[in-house]
This record gives sequence, structure tokens and C-alpha cells, in this order.
Amino acid sequence: MSAYDLLGFAAGALRGHRLRTMLSILGVSIGVASVIVLTALGEGALVFVTREFSSLGSNLLFVIPGKTETTGMAPIGGVANDLTLEDADAIRRVRGVRHVAPLTMGEARARAGDRSRDVTVAGTTVDLRELRSIRMQAGRYLPGGDLGRAPRVCVLGAEIRRELFPDTNPLGEIIKIGDERFRVIGVSEPRGMSVGMDLDELIHIPVVRAMKLFDQTSLFRIMIQVSSHEDLEAVKAGVREVLLERHDGEEDVTLWTQDSILTALDRVLTALTLALGGIAAVSLTVAGVGIMNVMLVSVSERTPEVGLLKALGVTPAQVLAAFLVEASILSTSGGLAGLAGGFAIVRVFTRLYPVFPAAPPAWAVVGSLGLSMAIGILFGAFPARRASRLDPVQALATRY
Amino acid sequence: MIELTGISRVFHVGGRPVHALRDLDLTIATGEYVAVMGPSGSGKSTLLHLLGCLDRPTSGSYRLDGRDVAGLDEAELSRVRRHKIGFVFQSFHLVSRLTAMQNVELPMIFAGVERRQRAERVGRALAAVGLSERADHRPDQLSGGERQRVAIARAVVMGPGVLLADEPTGNLDTASGQDVVTLLESMNADGLTLVVVTHNPAIGDHAGRQIRLSDGRIVEDRGRRAEPGTP
Repeated sequence: MSAYDLLGFAAGALRGHRLRTMLSILGVSIGVASVIVLTALGEGALVFVTREFSSLGSNLLFVIPGKTETTGMAPIGGVANDLTLEDADAIRRVRGVRHVAPLTMGEARARAGDRSRDVTVAGTTVDLRELRSIRMQAGRYLPGGDLGRAPRVCVLGAEIRRELFPDTNPLGEIIKIGDERFRVIGVSEPRGMSVGMDLDELIHIPVVRAMKLFDQTSLFRIMIQVSSHEDLEAVKAGVREVLLERHDGEEDVTLWTQDSILTALDRVLTALTLALGGIAAVSLTVAGVGIMNVMLVSVSERTPEVGLLKALGVTPAQVLAAFLVEASILSTSGGLAGLAGGFAIVRVFTRLYPVFPAAPPAWAVVGSLGLSMAIGILFGAFPARRASRLDPVQALATRY
Repeated sequence: MIELTGISRVFHVGGRPVHALRDLDLTIATGEYVAVMGPSGSGKSTLLHLLGCLDRPTSGSYRLDGRDVAGLDEAELSRVRRHKIGFVFQSFHLVSRLTAMQNVELPMIFAGVERRQRAERVGRALAAVGLSERADHRPDQLSGGERQRVAIARAVVMGPGVLLADEPTGNLDTASGQDVVTLLESMNADGLTLVVVTHNPAIGDHAGRQIRLSDGRIVEDRGRRAEPGTP
């Protein structure tokens, strides 16, 4: 018999039970749609985060105090050396380094007149402006020059300015951060979230002032911008050497490049996407059990029909094929409907959140469709086999 | 030509053997019209199922048109049924979701008959049973007699040599039952071997040959056509 006729016969049998057919198709399509949607979200997260980090520039190097790369345990040999401003100065002399911005972070209460709020304070130098391409809305950024004699000045993030000076010009005004007074010399342009750091919600003060304010002896980070991406590895080696020498031969800092961060993130988020896809695939399997159930009901309901088919000279292999095709139609149409549904949901999502580039990865699309088809065969096999093995005499005598 | 020799069929019911047919010999010549009668449980249906290759004997040999079919496997038996046997059942066994036309087409679909040829043969088969106008009706839109005639059209559409009918009039009123019998007999007149299991003495009287079964044995065999060569 031709494949077309087999398909027609199976489809006809399914049309005989519309509700049951629709429900089992629905089951599979929910499974496939959830694979599509969940992996699209995972993939979207990956692209989103990657893009965020790339906006930093690809030629950044971070020095982090403490050796965290090799083991998760505390560095052997007691407390690591502090990462100091002198270290940052020394790094400045490494070949290929363009900008070096020391960074220290702390939380404090900021007051301006009768307004106050808790803020994150970043202690840094003028170099951060270059490094992070900070644009000024008003005034100027932190002054350069001798770090040791840094004045008590500050630069407000756009949001901080809006809250502390809603109606007045903040330039030249004095605010209190913790117990110290700082003069506002500039306001940064609104920029929003960037790599977990909201520049709009930040107050920048000179790094020396910040270390005193928060009583810190070690920097939080040293951010290094390299002249070109090709120099990155050389600069990394140079920085390591300089710091090794300055820290008495103790390798107590971690050097992180943008690349290593991206690689790590990529690995984490890909694993996350796979996990989400896997969880969704479980629902596909459940849908497969649903198909098996429907097919078993169908076989027992149509036992007399199977008996008749056998009496008409239909071979066991043909009976098997007919029921397998039925199950495959269920799972494949469920798969296609699920794809359509999944893509529709993803589309709505990207309309609602345009910054989040959710799109299902190709492997999820191909995989979920393939899996849904395989599930039809897999879970249809047992009922189909049962039908093909029915004894014709007994099947014909069955009353339904 | 049907030749059964030393046929036994033993079922196991609740672990105990039940002898449905015992050492039965039966020869049916091509074109014969045989009525199989006997009380319930005498083995009539079992005999019909064996003749139709739906069942296999526990022992004995079955030659159909000279070929031993007792030892064939399921798939081979299916092909024998497809080409040589037509079945008519008491309860019609039409597929309720299919129209009269589609029901008649069913065996040809699985036999791989090409589409255009199928339509033509369905048309002829339905015309032969006088139901051309009912081709697009589903079984629930047909009367009992009409349903059985569709079933007969389906049974002969593959051009079998043997038509096996199990109580074909059992679910019909007298008038439509008579129509069905007339139809079956006209097909026999055209050369089809016809074996009818029945309680209906009217059919029995019509048949050229009557076989009476009791307790798995042939107890009476009347009207047997003289075999060539026997005096």
C-alpha cells in the first residue's frame, strides 16, 4: 500500500475521535512550546549579558585582590597583600597599558539639605571616565593630578541628582557622605544598568577619599584598559610580573580579562539553557505517555476493526504501521503546533521586552521537533504492537 | 478447491482442553454452495475460521487450491485471506466512520491497489449489490440489509474464490435476509465457492450441499457434488 493511503487511513481514524486527538496534540504542543520558550529565554539571557559586557570594550583587564582562580579556598599562607594605589601606579608603567582606574566601593548615606538616601560610593580616579566612557550632563568629572592631595569633591549619577537636587542646580553645592562633606562638581549623563553597576545610582569620589571614608586598605579592583586587544596577553603577563615583584613574590591577585569573564558566563548560561530545555523535554515525555494512553484506548476500542482488517487480509506489519502512523501524526502535529505556539509566545515576549533578545537556539527547534516525532514512534510502538498481535478471531468477537 | 484432512482444533479454556473440531475430513469443490449447520458449540464457527485462514488447526492438513496453508505464518495467511477469501459476518463489521464506498475500498487500500482502479472496482462492486446510490452513506444511515450488502460488496471486491458467511441473515428481518441470501446465491451462480454457517433452514434447503456438525464432527453430509472420477 502507498504511504499516502496509509496516512489517509490513519488520519481518518484520528478524525473519528476529534476531542481525544486534539487533547493529545495539545499535550505534545505544550511540551514543544515550553522547550522553545524556555531555551529562547536562556539564549536571550546569554546574548543580553554578552552584549552588556561587550559594551565595556574588549580590551579590559581586571585585577582582583586574592587568588580565586585555582581553588575556592582561602589563599594559603594567611592574608593576601593589599591591592594598593601604589600597585595601580606601578601597573601604569607596564607597556601597552592605556588607562588604569583603581576602584573601591562602599555604601553610605548621602545628605543634601533635608534630603537623604543610601548610595553606593565609588572611589576612583579620572581614568574611570575614559575607561567607562562616562559622559557628563553638567560640570566635570573627578580631577586628575596628585592622588594623595585629592580634594573633597564628588560626581553624582543622574538618578542621585534627581533625588537629592530635584529642582536646583547641584553644581557647587555641598553634600554629606557619611560624616564627610563633599562639593558636587559634576553630574553624569543617564545611562542605566551596565554590567551590574548602575552608573545613575553612583556617587564618584576620589579614591583616596573613599578609602579613608570606608577605612579600607585594599582596593576593590584595578581596571586596566589596554591599547589594543592584541596586547592583552602581554599586558596581563606584565601586570602579573609587576605585582609579583611588589608583593614579595606572592601571587595573591587574580587577573581577569573580559574574555575569561565572557567564557565563564557563556558556560554558565549555556548550561542554564540546556537545563531549561531539559526540564521542558520532561513535559514532552509526559506528552508521550499521553499519546501512549490515547493509542491504547484507541486500540482496545477498535479491536473489532483490527479483527476485520485482519480478516480482509491486512498483514500484522500493516496494522502495526497504521497505528504507528496514527501516533506519529499526533506527535508531529503536536510538535508543529508547539513550534508555532512557542515562537508566538517568544515574539510577544520580545515585543514586551525589546532589550531582551529572546530567540530559541536552532538545536532546541530541531531537537524538540525531532523529539516529538520520536516520541510518537516510541510511545506508539507498544499500542501498535498490541494491535498487530491481536488474534483475529477473538478481535472479531469483541463487542464494543 | 478446499481439502481438509484430519483436522483437529483444541482450545484451552481455564486450563482444560476443549475439542472444537475432531479429526475432520472435508473437501469442497470450487463453485460449491455449502450450508454448515449444527447446534451452538458444534464447531461451525471454528470450521469457518479455519477455512478462512483466520485460525490454524491444532493438527491436520489444509490445502487451499493445492497449497498447504496450515503451516503458514501470520503474514502469509494474511495474503491468502486477501486474495482468496471473502468474509461476511453476522454483525456486518462495517467501519462506522467510513462511507459505504470507503468500506468497500478498504481491502484494496491495504492490498496496494492503485487509486483509480479502486474507484472503478468499488463502483462495480456496489452496483453488483444494488447500492450505487448509497455509496456516500455511512453505516448508520443504512438499513440492516443495506449494511450486509455493503459488507458483501467488500468481501468480493478483491475477487476471492471463496466466500465465507457466518450467519449472514442472523441480524436481519426476513425480507432483507432473503435479499441477502439471493445476492449470495447469485454470486455462487457466477462461480464463487460459497460456505454459509447458518441456523436458518431456508438457506440450508437452498444450498446444494448441507453439512451438519455435532460435537466437532461431521454427522451428516448431503448433496455432495460427485467428484470427477468417482462413480
